[in-house]
Amino acid sequence: MAVLTSLREAVANLVHDGATVALEGFTHLIPFAAGHEVIRQRRRNLSLIRMTPDLIYDQMIGMSCASRLVFSWGGNPGVGSLHRFRDAIQTGWPLPLEIEEHSHADMAARYQAGASGLPFAVMRGYVGSDLPKFNKKIQSITCPFTGEVLAATPALNPDVTVIHAQKADRKGNVLIYGIIGVQKEAALAAKKVIVTVEEIVDSLNAPVNACVLPAWVVSCICHVPGGAHPSYAHGYYKRDNAFCKGWDGISRERDTFLAWMNRHVLSTPDFAEYRRSIEFDSKVSSHA
Amino acid sequence: MPEPEYSPTEIMTVAAARKLQNGTVCFVGIGLPSAAANLARTTHAPEIVLIYESGTIGAKPDVLPLSIGDGELAETADTVVSVPEIFRYWLQGGRVDVGFLGAAQIDKFGNINTTVIGGTYDAPRTRLPGAGGAPEIATAAKEVAIILRHSKRAFVEKLDFVTSSGYFSKSTGNGNSRVRGRGPTTVISDLGIIVSDPATNELVLTALHPGVTVEQVKAATGWALKVAPRLEVTPKPTSAELGALRDLHARTAAAHGSAASSE
Repeated sequence: MAVLTSLREAVANLVHDGATVALEGFTHLIPFAAGHEVIRQRRRNLSLIRMTPDLIYDQMIGMSCASRLVFSWGGNPGVGSLHRFRDAIQTGWPLPLEIEEHSHADMAARYQAGASGLPFAVMRGYVGSDLPKFNKKIQSITCPFTGEVLAATPALNPDVTVIHAQKADRKGNVLIYGIIGVQKEAALAAKKVIVTVEEIVDSLNAPVNACVLPAWVVSCICHVPGGAHPSYAHGYYKRDNAFCKGWDGISRERDTFLAWMNRHVLSTPDFAEYRRSIEFDSKVSSHA
Repeated sequence: MPEPEYSPTEIMTVAAARKLQNGTVCFVGIGLPSAAANLARTTHAPEIVLIYESGTIGAKPDVLPLSIGDGELAETADTVVSVPEIFRYWLQGGRVDVGFLGAAQIDKFGNINTTVIGGTYDAPRTRLPGAGGAPEIATAAKEVAIILRHSKRAFVEKLDFVTSSGYFSKSTGNGNSRVRGRGPTTVISDLGIIVSDPATNELVLTALHPGVTVEQVKAATGWALKVAPRLEVTPKPTSAELGALRDLHARTAAAHGSAASSE
């Protein structure tokens, strides 16, 4: 049953060193605040899962939180490369990063299998692709009815899934809308679920078929307004494109990356203070 | 009236847009494919159905999305479904006419690489973002159009990695080719248009953009490019096409600020 906690407590209690953790969000509602808390608490040896690892995964990888990454597309959307992700794969800095690489259709199917209590996902995928040659988890299975050979991959069942949503009510029921990505499947596939939300309200006023996660499948609700910044929260705020572009310069070199993370994430107690810290810097630079 | 001036990227985008017919269901990649598909929608193909892998079906963005899941796509879509649903019911279910992709590298059979360049898979010289939705878009769409700029680094004899398959050379045939669409039928570059020959599946140069020579295209292609006996010349972009494209980019730049991509 969902309990209302601080994000610090939720991460301290549920995200342990060595855990398999998915912080999901398909270019929308990305749980940045939760990723920062993982970095602040200096989690190590995590197996990170994400269809579209972006800036927050770049930060966790560059800050030595991860030893393994399961993914299907790693980049800074609309901007270019993730420099810390590339550095880890190409040169092993700051730590070697083992990768397990799939396609989007496959990752989505694997979460669905995990949420469905099935051992594996089946799909018509990877026809002619080299990916199965380098990823032993991509196998094939023959349809017993038609003889068609299909791709089969193991279900994803994270120890913890973390998502950001628009609203929770006081009981802990969660409403998510707009581009809902794979969050429902990732949450239902996981052993524990942390949800950060923009607002806690008396009533969700959710339409009948809305995407609602009932309180009893959620472990912790954390009230973190703006917690998806610099990604966006439909109905609340837009994507901060300037930040995403600026990240390219901050993250390109190891020392500027580390200095930025130390100043803004490790030296701040929580996401609200982090936001004040980056806003202060952008005001200073705009007056310089 | 003087003919309008245009850039190589503009004629590439216009030529790609013209390939999309009104009413087509098009699964769109971000960047150049999205620009071309939205140009088609705002010019000759108002009823085109644009599907983005973020789950937006029938998106009608007024500005080009910077990411595959911008709020603009959700707000203008006929419906927004989950990512598992978009890949399972809509793509794998056979409801997509044209998959419209970009690539880092392409070979003569329309296989594409978006994974690694140089080195080995485990220790690549350049790590690219990876597959995303492309392996299944490339095979499940009824046909595939690919848009990318011409260069020897992009049009290569042998891919460093096959992320998403085009046609299979006979020696590597994987015995599974019946469960797929027609594959990459058309490649649109900034120099011309290359189309797969149904007899050999090899990409053959069939059209040059105005002012481009066969020698130029061959010099920018890493394999011995075949040339159709009757070569067409792409009609120049009309004022209406260029106006619509530039308006789209201007609205996009205004909406996204300095982070706007020129594509």
